[in-house]
Amino acid sequence: MSSSTSFSDFLRGARDSIPFILVVGPFGAVFGVVAAGSGLNLFQIMVYTGSIFAGAAQLTSLGLLQEQAPTIIALLSGLAVNLRMGMYSASLTPYMGDAPLWKRAIAAYLMVDQSYALSLARFERDRDMPMPNRYAYFFGTAAVIAPLWCAATLVGALVGVQIPDSWNLDFIVPIAFLSLVAPMLRTPAHRIAALTAGLVSLPAAFLPYNLGLIVAGALGMIVGARVELSLRRKGSWTDA
Amino acid sequence: MPEETVVVVERAFTDAQFWIICAGLAVGSFALRFGFLALMGGRTMPEAVLRHLRYTAVAILPALVTPLVIWPAATDGVFSLPHLAAGAMTVIAGYVTRSALGGILGGIVTLYLVQYL
Repeated sequence: MSSSTSFSDFLRGARDSIPFILVVGPFGAVFGVVAAGSGLNLFQIMVYTGSIFAGAAQLTSLGLLQEQAPTIIALLSGLAVNLRMGMYSASLTPYMGDAPLWKRAIAAYLMVDQSYALSLARFERDRDMPMPNRYAYFFGTAAVIAPLWCAATLVGALVGVQIPDSWNLDFIVPIAFLSLVAPMLRTPAHRIAALTAGLVSLPAAFLPYNLGLIVAGALGMIVGARVELSLRRKGSWTDA
Repeated sequence: MPEETVVVVERAFTDAQFWIICAGLAVGSFALRFGFLALMGGRTMPEAVLRHLRYTAVAILPALVTPLVIWPAATDGVFSLPHLAAGAMTVIAGYVTRSALGGILGGIVTLYLVQYL
């Protein structure tokens, strides 16, 4: 293990995250605006964002609280939105599992959609990457995303009430997530998995407690795995 | 610039409710993120499990955002062409350029173009 190589992977992770400044910044600001608008004080907003560190779940529970939903429903809905983190954790385990526990714990805390998706794409492309270099890359992505998320929340909370609705800032959220997925659609199995999950998520959105996300996501994963298997059997599978 | 300021609404919940949610979500989210990495560690998983896990990102993320594109929050859930066009262009541009930056720029430019044309 040479530390200079690790450092260059750290830098590469940071560099690959730069485009997400465009979306994570506004997303954090949107959360800050919503949180300030719902009557939380600055201390509460920053503890909330820094300890949970998951924008979609933060928005979901806060929105439900504001709509006077029972506390337990607001909590469970937020956790349901974050169930995907459990799947991310499982998906990264083959690549990041063989490391000291404290290192895995720090990586787990910093796991967000961007750090997960960028790292997975990198690890899949470069399968021989040594473990320390994988962690260096992962922490490189987090070094850009994590401080930015907190700073953007702070800015949103401080100036938020002055952002006009017509800017459509909240649509930055779907754009951020779709831009993560699009470059990953490299095989028919990936494309069909994404299409299935997207289509199923529409009727599934009517399921209670935000469970639609997990149902649609799980179906997409099953269909993707099926397509891969049948392509392998036909001998026409061409992915690593 | 029109003054469409967001009105600060009354708090609809108590401090106690907020702190319960905050603690519960913080602990629960960390448990979800850490669970597999902590317990499975360096052990190898069966190929059938790995095959499903390969599609985690490409399934979960579209499941998360497709409803937001079809029923945007900004229109209170009413279908809107600019939002659909921006969502579609994010995917197309990101796919063609094979880069997230391409997708982000394609989506943002489309959203504002369709909105103001």
